[in-house]
Amino acid sequence: MTITHDLLVWLSKSFGLFYLIGLSLIVLVYTYWPANQKPFEHAAQAILDDDDKPYRG
Amino acid sequence: MIAQLTKSERQSALVILLALAVVGLAMAAGGRHDPFGVHGAIVLLAAILGIFGVISGYYAPEPSPDRLDSYYDSPTKFGIIVAMVWAVIGMAVGDWVAWLLAYPEWTFDAAWASFGRLRPVHTSGVIFGFGGNALIATSFYVMQRTTRARLPDQLTPWFVLFGYNLFCIIAATGYLMGVTQSREYAEPEWYADIWLVIVWVTYFILYMRVLARRQEPHIYVANWYYLAFILVVAMLHIVNNLAMPISWGSAKSYSLFSGVQDAMTQWWYGHNAVAFFLTSGFLGMMYYYMPKRAGRPIYSYRMSIISFWGITFFYMWAGSHHLHYTALPQWVQSLGMTFSVMLLVPSWVSAGNALMTLNGAWHKVRDDATLRFMMVAAVFYGLTTFEGSFMAIRPVNSLSHYTDWTIGHVHAGALGWVAMITFGAIYASVPWLWKRESMYSAKLVEVHFWLALAGTVIYVFAMWNSGIIQGLMWRTYNESGTLAYSFVDSLVAMHPYYIARAVGGAFFLLGAIIGFYNILMTIRSAPSVETQNAADFPVTGPAAAPALQPGE
Repeated sequence: MTITHDLLVWLSKSFGLFYLIGLSLIVLVYTYWPANQKPFEHAAQAILDDDDKPYRG
Repeated sequence: MIAQLTKSERQSALVILLALAVVGLAMAAGGRHDPFGVHGAIVLLAAILGIFGVISGYYAPEPSPDRLDSYYDSPTKFGIIVAMVWAVIGMAVGDWVAWLLAYPEWTFDAAWASFGRLRPVHTSGVIFGFGGNALIATSFYVMQRTTRARLPDQLTPWFVLFGYNLFCIIAATGYLMGVTQSREYAEPEWYADIWLVIVWVTYFILYMRVLARRQEPHIYVANWYYLAFILVVAMLHIVNNLAMPISWGSAKSYSLFSGVQDAMTQWWYGHNAVAFFLTSGFLGMMYYYMPKRAGRPIYSYRMSIISFWGITFFYMWAGSHHLHYTALPQWVQSLGMTFSVMLLVPSWVSAGNALMTLNGAWHKVRDDATLRFMMVAAVFYGLTTFEGSFMAIRPVNSLSHYTDWTIGHVHAGALGWVAMITFGAIYASVPWLWKRESMYSAKLVEVHFWLALAGTVIYVFAMWNSGIIQGLMWRTYNESGTLAYSFVDSLVAMHPYYIARAVGGAFFLLGAIIGFYNILMTIRSAPSVETQNAADFPVTGPAAAPALQPGE
C-alpha cells in the first residue's frame, strides 16, 4: 500500500482528531482521580524537605 | 575528579577514551585535508588529554563507601561552570554579529569571520553550550533530590558531560571552517550527530536508572519535563539528521529528505527544539528551583500535570507554522496554526502556576534577586508564548515572517525566559552545591539582574520596531501597484534599531560576565559553617557540617 496525500489527510482528520481527545481525557481522569491527590500533595511538599541526603536502605 | 571513580570505573574510562582515540585517528587519517580530518585531530587530542587525566589519578586510593551518604554533585558543579563559560562565549559572539549587522564593514577579510559562519557559533553556543550544559547539570541535581537516590555510578555523568561538550566543540569549530548542514539549530554534520546520539542515549539511560532507584513513590513533575526534553530531543535529532555522507572521509552529507518534505522535517525539528529543549527542560528547572527558593510548594500540582501533557501533545504539531504561504499543503499550515493557538492554554497555565506559587512570597521576590530572576522568567515565558501563538496565525505571519519581529520573539524567549530561569537556578544552586552561606556578592546578583532585564527589554523593543517597520515597508505599494520601497530602503530604516539591539545584547553579555565572576568568587570564598541564611542554605541539622566529599 502506498501512502498517498489523500490517505494522510483522511487519517489526520479522523483518527488524528479523536486520539488526541482520547489522550486528553485519560490525562484529566488521571489528574483528578481522588486517590492520586495524596501522592501529588506529598510530592509537591517533599521537595521542600531540607534533608539533603540520599536514602540508604 | 579521577579519585572519585572506582578502580573499575577508571578502567572503563580508559577503554572508552582509547576507543575514542582510535576513532579520532581514523577520522584524521581518512579525512586528510578535509575539515573532517581536522575534527579527527580534535577528537584524538581530546581523547589523549582524557587518557593523561585518567592515568594521572589512576593510582589514587579508591573512594570511600561513605560517598554513598551524599548526592554526587561534582558533575553538576562542573556543568554549571562550563555552562557559564559557554554563556560568555555564545553571547559575546552574538553581540559581535549584532554589531556586524549594524556595521558590516567591521568584518575581517577572512572566511571564518563572516556573518554566516559566526552566527551558528552564537546560536549553538547559547542554546547547546549554555542552555544544554545548564540543563544537564541541573537535571543531575534535581533527579537525585526528587528521587532521594544517588547517581548510580560515577562514570556515566562524566561521560555525558564530556561527550556533550565534545559535540559542542566539534559543532562550533566546524561552523568556522564552513562545515554545516544548513539546517537551523541542526547545523552539525553527520559524524557529530552520530556522536550526540550516543551521548544522548547514555544520558537517557542514566536518568531512567536513577528513576528506577527512586525512594519516592511518585515521580516529581520536574522530572517529567526533564525526561520529555531528553526523550523528544533524541527523537527529533535522529529523524531530522537522517543523511548520507558523500564518503567516509568527508564532512559533507546530503539529507534523505528533499523539497517541501525536507522543509517540513526541519521545522518539525526546529519548532520542537524550541518546545522540548528551550521550554520543557527549563520548565523542569523552574518546577524545582522556584518552589525551593520561594520555600513554597507549587501552587497547583494538578495544573502542572495538565500543562505538561498539553505542551507535549500540542507542540508536536505546531512546526508547520514556520512554513505559511509556502509549497506546504494549506491544511498542514492550518493544522500548525491551530495547534500553535491552542498552545497558549498549557503555556499560560504553566506561567500562571509559577506566578501563583510566588503569591504570598512577594516580599522575597523584592529582596532576593535570585528569586526575581525566576519571577521575571515566568513573566517572559507568558509574554513570549502569547506572542508566539499570535505570530503563528497566518495573516499575522504574513507581516512578521522573515522580519526582525521573529528575532525579537526568539530573544524574548531566549533572554527573558531561558537565560533568566537558568541564572536564577544557578544562583540558587551555587551556594547549595559548594556549601557556602550565600553568593559572594548579593549586590552583583542585583547588578546582573538589572543588566539582564534592561538588555532584554532594549533588545526586544528594538526588534519589534525594526521588524514591524520592515514588514510594513515590504508590503507598501505605490499608486502604480509596484512596491514603494526597495529592500535597501528597509535596510537603511533598520540601522538605528540594529545599533540599539547590539547595545541591549552588550548589557546582557556584561551581566553574564559579572555573574560568572560572582560564581567564581563564591567558589573561592571560605565555606561557612556557622551563620546560615535560610534562603541560601536549606540544609539543616547535622548535614549542615561542611561534609567534604571524597576527592575534594
